[in-house]
Amino acid sequence: MSLKNQDLEQIAYLARINIDKDKFPSLKKELESILELVAKMDSVNTESVVPMSHPLDLSQPLRKDKVTEKDDRKNLQKNAPSIKAGLFMVPKVIEVED
Amino acid sequence: MTELHKLSIKEKLKGLKDSTFSSQELTESYLKRIKKLDNKINSFITVLEERAVKSAKEADQRYASGSALPLDGIPIAHKDIFCTEGVLTSCGSRMLSNFISPYSSTVVKNFEGSGSVVLGKTNMDEFAMGSSNETSYFGEVKNPWKEDYVPGGSSGGSAACVSAGLASGATGTDTGGSIRQPAALCGLTGIKPTYGRVSRYGMIAFASSLDQGGVLTKTAEDAAYMLKTMSGHDPKDSTSLNVEVPDFVKEINKEIKGLRVGLPKQFFSMNLPEYVERSINESLKVFEKLGVKIIDVDLPHIDLSLPIYYVIAPAECSANLSRYDGVKFGYRCEDPKNLEDLYMRTREEGFGSEVKRRILIGTYALSAGYYDAYYLKAQKCRRLVANDFKETFKSVDLILSPTAPDTSFALGAKTSDPVEMYKQDIFTIPANLAGLPGISVPCGQHQGLPLGLQLVSDNLEESKILRMAHHFQLNTDWHKSWPELD
Amino acid sequence: MSEWETVIGLEVHVQLATKSKIFSGASTLFGSSPNTQACNIDLGMPGVLPVLNEEVLKMAIKFGLSINANINSPTQFARKNYFYPDLPKGYQISQLDNPIVEGGVLEITLKDGSKKKIRITRAHLEEDAGKSLHEDFEGLTGIDLNRAGTPLLEIVSEPDLSSPEEAVAYLKKIHSIIRYLEISDGNMAEGSMRCDANVSLRKKGSKKLGTRTETKNVNSFKYVEKAIQHEMRRQIKILESGKRVTQETRLYDSQLDETRPMRSKEYANDYRYFPEPDLLPVVLSEDFINSVKDLMPELSEEKEKRFIKEYKLSDYDANVLSVDPNLSNFFEEVVVRSRDPKLAANWIMGELSAFLNKENLSILETKVDSINLGNLLSRIEDSTISGKIAKEIFEEMWNSKKSPDEIIEEKGLKQVTDSSEIEKVINQVLEQNQSQLEQYKSGKVKLFGFFVGQVKKASRGKANPEQVNKLLEERLKE
Repeated sequence: MSLKNQDLEQIAYLARINIDKDKFPSLKKELESILELVAKMDSVNTESVVPMSHPLDLSQPLRKDKVTEKDDRKNLQKNAPSIKAGLFMVPKVIEVED
Repeated sequence: MTELHKLSIKEKLKGLKDSTFSSQELTESYLKRIKKLDNKINSFITVLEERAVKSAKEADQRYASGSALPLDGIPIAHKDIFCTEGVLTSCGSRMLSNFISPYSSTVVKNFEGSGSVVLGKTNMDEFAMGSSNETSYFGEVKNPWKEDYVPGGSSGGSAACVSAGLASGATGTDTGGSIRQPAALCGLTGIKPTYGRVSRYGMIAFASSLDQGGVLTKTAEDAAYMLKTMSGHDPKDSTSLNVEVPDFVKEINKEIKGLRVGLPKQFFSMNLPEYVERSINESLKVFEKLGVKIIDVDLPHIDLSLPIYYVIAPAECSANLSRYDGVKFGYRCEDPKNLEDLYMRTREEGFGSEVKRRILIGTYALSAGYYDAYYLKAQKCRRLVANDFKETFKSVDLILSPTAPDTSFALGAKTSDPVEMYKQDIFTIPANLAGLPGISVPCGQHQGLPLGLQLVSDNLEESKILRMAHHFQLNTDWHKSWPELD
Repeated sequence: MSEWETVIGLEVHVQLATKSKIFSGASTLFGSSPNTQACNIDLGMPGVLPVLNEEVLKMAIKFGLSINANINSPTQFARKNYFYPDLPKGYQISQLDNPIVEGGVLEITLKDGSKKKIRITRAHLEEDAGKSLHEDFEGLTGIDLNRAGTPLLEIVSEPDLSSPEEAVAYLKKIHSIIRYLEISDGNMAEGSMRCDANVSLRKKGSKKLGTRTETKNVNSFKYVEKAIQHEMRRQIKILESGKRVTQETRLYDSQLDETRPMRSKEYANDYRYFPEPDLLPVVLSEDFINSVKDLMPELSEEKEKRFIKEYKLSDYDANVLSVDPNLSNFFEEVVVRSRDPKLAANWIMGELSAFLNKENLSILETKVDSINLGNLLSRIEDSTISGKIAKEIFEEMWNSKKSPDEIIEEKGLKQVTDSSEIEKVINQVLEQNQSQLEQYKSGKVKLFGFFVGQVKKASRGKANPEQVNKLLEERLKE
């Protein structure tokens, strides 16, 4: 399984991790060797197998609709890189995605 | 006077109850050892001297008034993956190198509630990804048994500190072997319980369906004490099992005669070093003498474990680590030019290379066009592995194998090829995939480096593996030796 | 336009009115100070885990039952991965496979009274994101995560809608259902109900679907209509010039009444869905679903049918009165006292509506309550007053908040029904209008109306009209 530079660029963007172009060759090699390891699964027939998302065969517990948390803003914002008027500040967002 | 750090948890509890020594003495002796020895080992990221002494004093008061808690006054350490309120919780990463947690994990609270004294937060592979503790932002951890050798990972700091006598026991987490493998490389007992036995609330997530908290201790008995405190249903964790926690301390004394141990033929047909095979064979003889039956078993899909793991774990981690974006907490790059730049550079600079590799693989495995071939395929293969175990446990109680393919290795020896490093977990990963409990116990030494054997049992049967480990330790001495440090 | 037909599908996000969030115990109250209702789970702090709010399941099930959809059990959550500052975890917990509600139909009524069935593809649960505030911050954006974690029900329709009018009727129907079920206040202006419109065109008669665009940011029924109309015009222009419509997401600008494409990289929307590992499959037992069924209020369709059957209202009246639960409650309260449903319906849809609309009030803010209106109408029924006088009294009631009986007493408005009294007035009128009487007697029967008017005037409207007619007729026969 070989990765193209374009693939790497695309995954890096999806993951929002900047990768310097000069690191591409070594990174590609490393990722390809992992994909080679992973390719061992290809030889197994899994057509009728039910995928396993959880090791437990249980169902989701439910919580009652009650307000149990109170305002803890001061504590929770202690680690924030940039706060103004109680808001988390980031560089201006240009596209309004909603 | 016996070196206090060499006493077992049981002996320590007795000593504290009988006022042979105080928790303060105990704690201060550990803090002294940490100051003296940890410079070279680097097992702690944060030492909580003041807090520890304060807790110790409070424990002593409770002993004096006859209201001692289950693990009162016992000095332990927490892997720096467990959120601890008011304390740096870094997960071994630059990304959280300034993160003072605003809340405590259930595990930390459980130990607090039983009176344990927390000496500090231990070093670890960044975001729990690694098998040698070489990826930590806070520097490598050294194996106390041999200079410039790795302690294993990702709970390398916990392993090193307990094996060097810098804590009575330490918590760890195990996603693909991160408790068991370092325990084996450092001559310790390390247990990963059934998935869901220990709450994951406040345990910084790597791969949600594989992560499980556990302990590293000198002995199975010590592990029983700590696991009892650590376990239990937590409504804050939807994947937490709502079942009673057995009294593991009582359980370990039950009989092991008649238990059936399976040896997967797939594991025993690899070209393992002779000394590894030898240590296993010798151990089997010990078990047989104790009345345990040894049977060959077949786990036909077991060699898919590594490929499965290296799709699922990166996939889940790629999503779990998306929250590290420089917006609400953690590292932020300097002078971000715009939002994109904020994300791209924060995550480039905040994460180390192994973490980035896994995020990229995970993103790829989930991306459009690849989901079926990778992620879905891996989840299906996972079912096959789990089914193999289910089938096998119809005819045996436990499965035995070496914990790691070899003894510890030199720092830097395996860092050039990620897949080489991944092979460290070949024996430990299957238990995580199936959610089964597993334990590693010391079973030999080679050229001064410890060897470990692994026992895996069916879901919720921690008692069986603890029992086997305890009886093994009553009949062997490997777990009793200490590295030469002083 | 005649050669083209429009195909519209709507995605409606409904904020569910629970007290706490879908995955945490923080409050969902609207309008609090920034980040005071965002707990560690809502902020996506390291180590936190979601725990599911039972109430959201009940609300989703109610919706599903109301549209005769399938309730899937088990239902499963999934992670939808993308980066945006108001999305704290870098993924949204949503549903992909096995959504809680699947299938279902709802019926819309158009202006001309015709009905159309619209199929629902699915409705699933997910968590809302926070809010981004762009103003007042030089070159920066402020993020408020109070809204992060509020439960949403995303309702997706099949592309069964064929006009802006149908789209609005559909939205109004959804609006009515969710308010009826008390699962949301459906306030589009406040964002508790949001709509994205998928619009495509195709040649009339074609079975293939054309390329569709998705238009976001339409926050009122009116804007939905306009945005769709704009999209239709825009797409027709493109198609008629031989070009192709680009599949893209567009934003509606209400000021300029146009849609603009949203810029984003091609692969930016690869959401990489996978099952949420922190939440187990949700099993909905028969008992659980039945317990929800028992809690369901009568829906507007059932109510409409009942109004026709029980109160013998016309289809139109029944429809109008059953759409808003508050209005239908009001109507039924009035009928308790007035006992004439048709009269009540007329007055509510006529007089009362006019007064409400004039002052821009909702039925909940009415200045004449159901008790007093009911009493007023019963006074018409028992002939204490005429319908005409009642209208005057109603106005007085509206302005003074007095009861009908008080006003009738004060102003002496009691209708005169005493025959002898009326006869007196009739005689008076006939005496005063001799020439008209002569003309009537010689054949000008139209003058009957004139006499009725005169009697009305002389009695200041208090004479009971039926009696006036009867007695005058008798008198004139003589």
